[in-house]
Amino acid sequence: MNALRDILSQGVQMLLVLLLAPLLTGFVRKVKARLLRRRGPPLLQPYRDLVRLMRKDVVLADNASWLFRVIPYLMFAGTWVAACLVPTFGNGLLFSWSADLIAIIALLGSARFFQALAGMDVGTAFGGIGSSREVMIATLAEPAILMTVFAVAMIAGSTQLSNVAEFMGSTAVGLRVSLGMAFVALTIVALAENGRIPVDNPATHLELTMVHEAMVLEYSGRHLALVDLSSQLKLLLYVSLIACVFLPWGTATADAGVATLAFGALLFLGKLTVLGFLLALFETSIAKMRVFRIPEFLGAALMLALLATLLRFVSGSL
Amino acid sequence: MISVALWSVALLLSLAPVGIALSTRPRGSIVLYGACLAVTATLCIAALLHLFDPAHPVSSATLPIGLPWLGAHFRLDALSAFFLVVINLGGAAASLFALGYGAHEESPGRVLPFYPAYLAGMNTVVLTNDAFSFLVAWEFMSLTSWALVVAHHREAQNVRAGYVYLLMASFGTLALLLAFGLLANGAGYDFDAIRASHPSAALAGMVVILVLLGAGSKAGLVPLHAWLPLAHPAAPSHVSALMSGVMTKVAVYGFVRIVFDLLPEPEWWWSMVVLLVGGPTATLGVLYALMQRDIKRVLAYSTIENIGIIFTGLGLALAFKAQGLDWVAALAFTAAMLHVFNHALFKSLLFFGAGAVLEATGARDMEKFGGLIHRMPRTAFAMLVGCVAISALPPFNGFVSEWLTFQAILLSPQLPSWGLKLAIPAVGGLLALAAAFAAACFVKLYGISFLGRPRSDVAAAAHETDRFSLAAMFALAALCLVAGVLPGLFIDALAPVSKAMVGNVMPHQTGLQWLTIVPIAESRSSYNGLLVFLFVALCGTAAASAIHRLASDRLRRAPAWDCGYPDPNPAIQYSASSFSQPIRRVFGSVIFAAREIGEMPPPSSRAPARLTVELHDLIWEALYAPIAKAISFATEHINVLQFLTIRRYLTLVFVALIVLLLVVAL
Repeated sequence: MNALRDILSQGVQMLLVLLLAPLLTGFVRKVKARLLRRRGPPLLQPYRDLVRLMRKDVVLADNASWLFRVIPYLMFAGTWVAACLVPTFGNGLLFSWSADLIAIIALLGSARFFQALAGMDVGTAFGGIGSSREVMIATLAEPAILMTVFAVAMIAGSTQLSNVAEFMGSTAVGLRVSLGMAFVALTIVALAENGRIPVDNPATHLELTMVHEAMVLEYSGRHLALVDLSSQLKLLLYVSLIACVFLPWGTATADAGVATLAFGALLFLGKLTVLGFLLALFETSIAKMRVFRIPEFLGAALMLALLATLLRFVSGSL
Repeated sequence: MISVALWSVALLLSLAPVGIALSTRPRGSIVLYGACLAVTATLCIAALLHLFDPAHPVSSATLPIGLPWLGAHFRLDALSAFFLVVINLGGAAASLFALGYGAHEESPGRVLPFYPAYLAGMNTVVLTNDAFSFLVAWEFMSLTSWALVVAHHREAQNVRAGYVYLLMASFGTLALLLAFGLLANGAGYDFDAIRASHPSAALAGMVVILVLLGAGSKAGLVPLHAWLPLAHPAAPSHVSALMSGVMTKVAVYGFVRIVFDLLPEPEWWWSMVVLLVGGPTATLGVLYALMQRDIKRVLAYSTIENIGIIFTGLGLALAFKAQGLDWVAALAFTAAMLHVFNHALFKSLLFFGAGAVLEATGARDMEKFGGLIHRMPRTAFAMLVGCVAISALPPFNGFVSEWLTFQAILLSPQLPSWGLKLAIPAVGGLLALAAAFAAACFVKLYGISFLGRPRSDVAAAAHETDRFSLAAMFALAALCLVAGVLPGLFIDALAPVSKAMVGNVMPHQTGLQWLTIVPIAESRSSYNGLLVFLFVALCGTAAASAIHRLASDRLRRAPAWDCGYPDPNPAIQYSASSFSQPIRRVFGSVIFAAREIGEMPPPSSRAPARLTVELHDLIWEALYAPIAKAISFATEHINVLQFLTIRRYLTLVFVALIVLLLVVAL
């Protein structure tokens, strides 16, 4: 009975992240449009886009290799698996032990590695510029998030995300300086990793600061749909990661009943709404940075995360 | 078991003169590399059997060679057996690769005799059990590899590489000689006697420093790495693979044997020194790699990075061992040894791929490549596996060893020393940076060489490499995946090594559910490469088949879109230098004192605009260049002594005599 419930819970989680991801993106877009006094596309527009793209033919560049055609599936699979391992409404994920927080970050790293390769496959200048900038951003964002993981893992005594979330939900945490620093660092990294506004602009590829959109410029049809879905999944992953580590209230524990699970799910939707709204608010109130200002922005995240880790080494209570 | 090992070494040595005879025959290289393959494969299996023997036997032998009356002592324990596996796995793969690759050698007479001798030298180092034979074998290994580095001596840069290599190898051996001299004080040359002796703390500390200099210069620790990126790429590619993948590991063996085995219990500051060298080595090595255009040089610099990761693991193991936390020491030590094994796999694979590309295009400069995935699809696939593995991405093997190292770092707040409390987070940050740089570096290597459009005619005319080379690459690629998805097997195989060196083992892994690895406790951390791999594969294929069935599977070819302005000229693509330009701008201005000078011609002029990039190797300029300058200054001035008149010589002799007499009198 327990095993059945666990499998069900994991399965629901897998479908939930897949179904919610476009909605979150649509929601952020809608809020941004309303904040700018535009009406904006309907909330469900991302789903329509995905379906339309999937039905279209793929127009493949003449010299694209087999790798170019495989990469969208690899990216999607890697991101989806990573997103399935982040607790959303409940902690009792059946396979949470198969990859800890470091492995989840590394899975996203794999997806990015292949995406950067895809940008270089056709041999256009646009793809190269995107890949080159993406790896520059990654060289700062990845250490920053790893150090954040270190700080959080040392506080919780585990890199296992379910255990971290459970610990953060308990009263043993208390107020800590290092957690605050880790939170700021993680937020900055999340903005950079998802190509959100001060770092990159998800709405356009027609300006010289482009990163993500330039890499995927040659994709079309179902390939583009998968690439889009992966970045939507990634946004959901980061939002639920922040929610489960820093806003752990209401997350159902491993042995919770159906009612608690349902309550957890509702609360999770609430958290997504709040965080999505904050993201839209932040994006509308800040200007895009020049590309060589990004290292300073991310360097601040790296320093904060390093400081948080250092504090943990120096004192157990900070 | 040791007799098998010694006979194999003798066989390899006897193959060296055979190589001279074979070098003039048309199919001589196939015979020689075939024989090397047979011997190394046998020795690899024998060492594996020894490693998996549940009784963990230690067999030793004394041969009446070497110093008269003393003889040469040999010993095969778990540590030696593990390194024998690494050496001979790499040796067998390189020999298999060379079955095809060696046929293109222009001067086989300069390679064939030295290749088996080099293999024999490396094998002997890990088998010796006294300082004299160890040093002789170490020098033999250095000299034979030097001969292979200068095999293509018509190219001026190879001669220079050989010269720098010879100097640095002599320096390393000198440091080791001094270390053994200190250890021999009151104990003798035999390792068993040294183990039983109790050197004072100061003496042991000095030995650690000397060994770090001696073994570290061979392994390529910054700042003793200067020879490595010159020498490794200069050799023929299968030898480059051996030098980078295997010989640096023999240097790690030397360090582990002396510091973990021969010396008494460590002190905490030893680990501090090792960590402060290892962490920067990892980051600097890969940053240097990012700035290179030569494909083999990128790989050589990336070896320095991986050596840094290995030494960081060893430093952590020393720190925990000094504190008596030997169960964490076992974790850090196993992580380091696993990385030794993993790096031997993927670095050999990458050098083989680079060799195949070099053979197909005749070039090492990445700016000449591009689009090789179309011309060399199989090589490109194997290289992709190698690039993902070395970038420490799941589900391949590089990730597992880095993950274990990170787990050890996460346990280090338990260490009481304040120096370590401050150093370890910094080293952890450096390792994280190195991992991110490595991914960037291999995106660049793969993207520029294999993807895109051909940047030169040679790249457009490249052809797939031969079957033997492909077999070697695919065997290593398969091992990379196996070690990545079933790491538990490899961790358990390392248990006797860790038991012997740090006195404890990691928890038994293979019995765990679903072949998960759990380094400490399941509530703390666990990783299951197999499940991650299966999940990703399953989700990918499920998505593909669902979309193809339910939505659309049609595909049209068309010219590239490129925002409506596709340019047919391949020079429009990003090049290796432009790819790393953002990183060079962010990190290079301090570390390489990098400067970009743009010269724009005046408005009416038709002269082209120029962009010059200046990069400085600050370590070379600050450390090596002054020494070289001082030596050449001194030699130039002492040279005057050669051209004196007879009267002046007589005066000199007379003065010398007086001074000597004065010294004797006082």
